[in-house]
Amino acid sequence: MLTSEERQEIEAEFPHYPTRQAVCIEALKVIQRHRGWVSDQGLQDIGEALDMTTEELDAVATFYNLVFRKPVGRHVALICDSVSCWIMGYEKLCQALTARLKVGLGETTDDKRFTVLPIVCLGACDHAPAMMIDDDLYRDVNPDQLDGVLENYK
Amino acid sequence: MSTLLEKPLTKNMPPNGGEPPDCKAYENSGGYAGLRKALRMAPAAVKDLVEKSNLRGRGGAGFPTGKKWSAVPMDDDTPHPKYLVANADEMEPGTFKDRLLMEGDPHQLIEGMIIAAYAIQADIAYIFLRQEYKLAETRLRKALAEVYENHYVGKNILGSDYCLEMHLHVSAGRYICGEETGLLNALEGKRANPRSKPPYPQVSGLWGKPTVVQNVETLSNVPHIVNKGPEWFKSLSHTADGGTKLYGASGKVKRPGIWELPMGTTIRELLEEHAGGMRDGVKFRGLLPGGASTDFLIEDHLDVRMDFSEVEKAGSRMGTGTMIILDDQTCPVGMVRNLEHFFAQESCGWCTPCWSGLNWTERILGAMEEGRGQTEYLKQLEFQTKFNAPGNTFCTLAPGAMEPLKSALKYFRPDFERHIHEHRCPWR
Repeated sequence: MLTSEERQEIEAEFPHYPTRQAVCIEALKVIQRHRGWVSDQGLQDIGEALDMTTEELDAVATFYNLVFRKPVGRHVALICDSVSCWIMGYEKLCQALTARLKVGLGETTDDKRFTVLPIVCLGACDHAPAMMIDDDLYRDVNPDQLDGVLENYK
Repeated sequence: MSTLLEKPLTKNMPPNGGEPPDCKAYENSGGYAGLRKALRMAPAAVKDLVEKSNLRGRGGAGFPTGKKWSAVPMDDDTPHPKYLVANADEMEPGTFKDRLLMEGDPHQLIEGMIIAAYAIQADIAYIFLRQEYKLAETRLRKALAEVYENHYVGKNILGSDYCLEMHLHVSAGRYICGEETGLLNALEGKRANPRSKPPYPQVSGLWGKPTVVQNVETLSNVPHIVNKGPEWFKSLSHTADGGTKLYGASGKVKRPGIWELPMGTTIRELLEEHAGGMRDGVKFRGLLPGGASTDFLIEDHLDVRMDFSEVEKAGSRMGTGTMIILDDQTCPVGMVRNLEHFFAQESCGWCTPCWSGLNWTERILGAMEEGRGQTEYLKQLEFQTKFNAPGNTFCTLAPGAMEPLKSALKYFRPDFERHIHEHRCPWR
């Protein structure tokens, strides 16, 4: 069941769209914000609020890169693997990050602190390589600075 | 000379990414004067101004903006609500210009949207923003609250009969959302598979209603065109396409960045003067002029003027105008592999040439990079460029993906051959 907070946040989106279905992407984000990821139960809860089937919702949820259908860590590190960052040292940065956290891309650390995911171009190409952790963008990232950056996320 | 150049799009932006002008500061610098003027004109007259200015779509395709608006039905029995959508889903690899416009002057975009919406008599406007642009989101939300408060949007805008709602939609991320009909499906809460055209969105778009989808940079030009006129706008450009252009460069140049310059500035000027030339120790080998889905150009093309028609004559496309530079320390095959990985991953999966062809392309290039390349792979790559040619696929994603591959096979063929003969990537 949706919590009252989740329900309120989803319903706050209704005036922005003419149909309930159009709200579903926002609803998926609301659930993810509160629960960390979107479980089957999460889909069912949204379906009841928006009058959609879980199948319809799953089709949408699995299409979009930033909707997580598996549990993730407390923080999500998105590392840009697109062309400008690749030219400017993505591979070294990725190696350093995954070695430092002892996980591969798409995996979560044992202490559930970080999930590391590749992401498409972050539009920070003049400051490549770039990565995001949660809502924060890091530009011109040097592998030597990673420790300092990761320190900010407990 | 360059100090005299007008930079309408970036003139109000604070240096070093500071806070953009708020509503008051934007008004003080002449903002919303274009909107006031437009509201005193007939919608068709506003459209005519934009048509005369030769403003061409800045999302990459370069479609004439006025012509796009002309296809919107304007009769009394036209179905409503009509929609205007700002495409702020900037996800083309190597492209970072709309970010600057939204972070640096959000009111300019909003004013452009209101004027464009007025010209097509739209009732509802959406900004379709990618989720990773957090700072742009914060600044747009603030600006939206200000324009509602100051009656630039809402009911009876500035005392006129015109009413417009404006909403911000933050996407959950997928490259194909930037394709205009895919974007419409995403806004409707569906998978962002593109739709077949016709019907074009101007006739049947969001929820089947007339809709215009327009790039952020295109819309940001509109207030200036209305304010200062089409002749002024054309005079900003070196060529027939009107206006200035936000050009960028990334890769191993001395000063990667973004610059507002006259449309038709040469690649050489961008590369040498603005980007500061190549970094010490590396040499220029080629460039993608405007994002991942444009053909490589090489040294022979440095004097090409960057506008829609001139770059096309040179065998590529200006695309978004943000160049990605290939240097001699970077493997061209590896670079193309990286690009094809992106396209294969971001294919929506709807049509077979795209989901199948792009995956094969990525695998073949991966095998070459890892020393498992075989002579016939070159033929297979050539085949893919034809299999995924325009006309064989449902939308332009796969044909776009073939542009860097096809041109790399043309200009860097010996590098592909070396990978095969030496059974390794010579750059590793």
